[in-house]
Amino acid sequence: MSAVPRPPSAFGPNRRRETLTAFGLVLPALIGFVLFYAWPAWRAVEISLTDWNLLREPNWVGLDNYVKLWGDERFWRGMQLSAWYVAFNIPMQTVLGLFLAVVMDRLARSLFIKAVVLLPYLLSNVLVALMWLWLLDPLLGGVNALLTWSGIGHQPFFAGETQALATVAAVNIWRHMGLVALLFLAGLQNIPRYLYEAGALEGATEWQMFWRITLPLLRPVMVFVLVTSVTGSFQIFDTVAVATNGGPLESTRVIVHYIVQNAFSFYKMGYASAMSMTLCLVMVLYTVLQMRILRANENDLA
Amino acid sequence: MKLDPSRAFAWACLLAMLALTVVPLWVVVKTALTPSQDVFSQAAQLWPDTPTLRNFTRVLGLVSHEESLAMGGSGAEVHFLRAVGNSLLFTGIIVTLQVLTSSMAAYAFARLRFPGRELLFGLFVASMMVPGVVTFIPNFILIKDLGWLNTMAGMVAPFCLMSGFGIFFLRQFFLSIPRDLEEAAILEGASPLRVFWRIVLPLSTAPLATLAMLTSINMWNEFFWPFLVAKDETMQVLTVALQSFKSQTPQGSPDWSGLMAATALAVVPVLVLLFLFGRKVVESVQFSGSK
Repeated sequence: MSAVPRPPSAFGPNRRRETLTAFGLVLPALIGFVLFYAWPAWRAVEISLTDWNLLREPNWVGLDNYVKLWGDERFWRGMQLSAWYVAFNIPMQTVLGLFLAVVMDRLARSLFIKAVVLLPYLLSNVLVALMWLWLLDPLLGGVNALLTWSGIGHQPFFAGETQALATVAAVNIWRHMGLVALLFLAGLQNIPRYLYEAGALEGATEWQMFWRITLPLLRPVMVFVLVTSVTGSFQIFDTVAVATNGGPLESTRVIVHYIVQNAFSFYKMGYASAMSMTLCLVMVLYTVLQMRILRANENDLA
Repeated sequence: MKLDPSRAFAWACLLAMLALTVVPLWVVVKTALTPSQDVFSQAAQLWPDTPTLRNFTRVLGLVSHEESLAMGGSGAEVHFLRAVGNSLLFTGIIVTLQVLTSSMAAYAFARLRFPGRELLFGLFVASMMVPGVVTFIPNFILIKDLGWLNTMAGMVAPFCLMSGFGIFFLRQFFLSIPRDLEEAAILEGASPLRVFWRIVLPLSTAPLATLAMLTSINMWNEFFWPFLVAKDETMQVLTVALQSFKSQTPQGSPDWSGLMAATALAVVPVLVLLFLFGRKVVESVQFSGSK
């Protein structure tokens, strides 16, 4: 974030009026911030220390929920599934997006192609899940018709215990690949062309130039894509809610699904909040670590 | 033009990726055009033997429940037009209010001096980092206590007043506007509000449109919050309505032709948006990653 230049006192001696106007302008956002961010964040900590179930008055239970969570196999299983999901989803999405961006940078910068590439991202998770539920239907889906015809044979996809989570990940790769590609494309177009010309003069191969020029200079975009997509995809919920609802055999009951289930099916508000807080802590630690490792605020072009 | 092998390979990859995007959508449309009773027997075909629009009329509620069952519907109903209406209202309210409140706050942060300015701005920006899983339970309880479950107010409340991203983004832009114009107006005695309304906002139509575009896309696609607070059939937004249409299967298997007709219809607004504002959409989305 850039340092804020102190504005000159443009409005002259009317300091009081300026201050009042400023507070008036900030007020709606401030109300929104207090009511829906600050206070709930505080409340979440509070609720996590109670046994509240919406029906009767909450009792203070101290750290019981956190102790219970530590020994709850299903909680750790959910964390593990979310981590697996991220491990399936992010590397593929990033590599494919980067590849697509490099290809687009070379060949086609037409708006039409960009729009088609972006299209899946503009569809909601729900729509995308519905489409692929049908395409990947174990018995009648188009993809299975193709697989049978090609001799690979039927796959259960969402209905298979070992495939369901990977299928959810694949579907989300389909939705996000184009977005990632466009973000990288914008970054690629900021790299000065003379660097490549210089590289070519020195006899560098395309592959060398990609590793020595393109990739290092894309680091700021890479950091942005990785930080937002990893924390976002660790909180995967929508696709699971529509496509598998946690099944088959709990093989896709990712952590947010488990939290929502505890809160809204079992009404264990305290326990669900404790899990939320733990998840949040993990996300924050991850973000800080990632920023450190990737040296986020430096830009090699500057 | 000479086509060298690496270029040809790149073209092949690009075309394959485009096909991967377009073919699934094609299958959706094809299924939607297939009579219900033929969906399974013609699953592997690229075009139905006897294409029909009846799935669309069925989903749009233009035929009676009995007729719809006779056509092979599952007995589940989706009030498509009502859900679209709810989605439009939900998105419209949030976009309008968020753009307004964000631009007001962003102007104060960019141009006015007041105590606590830096701290408040820091807090607003930090709010972007708070994951949704932390706030949804307390927010749900607040909405419930207010008696706002299954109301539009309950659906839009957490989104409509504050957007950390919107404030951050517009403030950056306001800081980049040269002060000359504003200073001239101030010398002539214009108040801060007048400067904001008459000079700063009119100069900012492009970033305001970008913010509105990004917010519209996100809110149109939002599922989690409306799913928690507004499951009631009359209040469902499109995403929630489609999810519940899918999960109701009174007669066994899901009504695929109906579902795909609804899906195809739901893609239409996105196509219209791309067709009308393609460049703006692409640039807005690309911009969101280049901070």
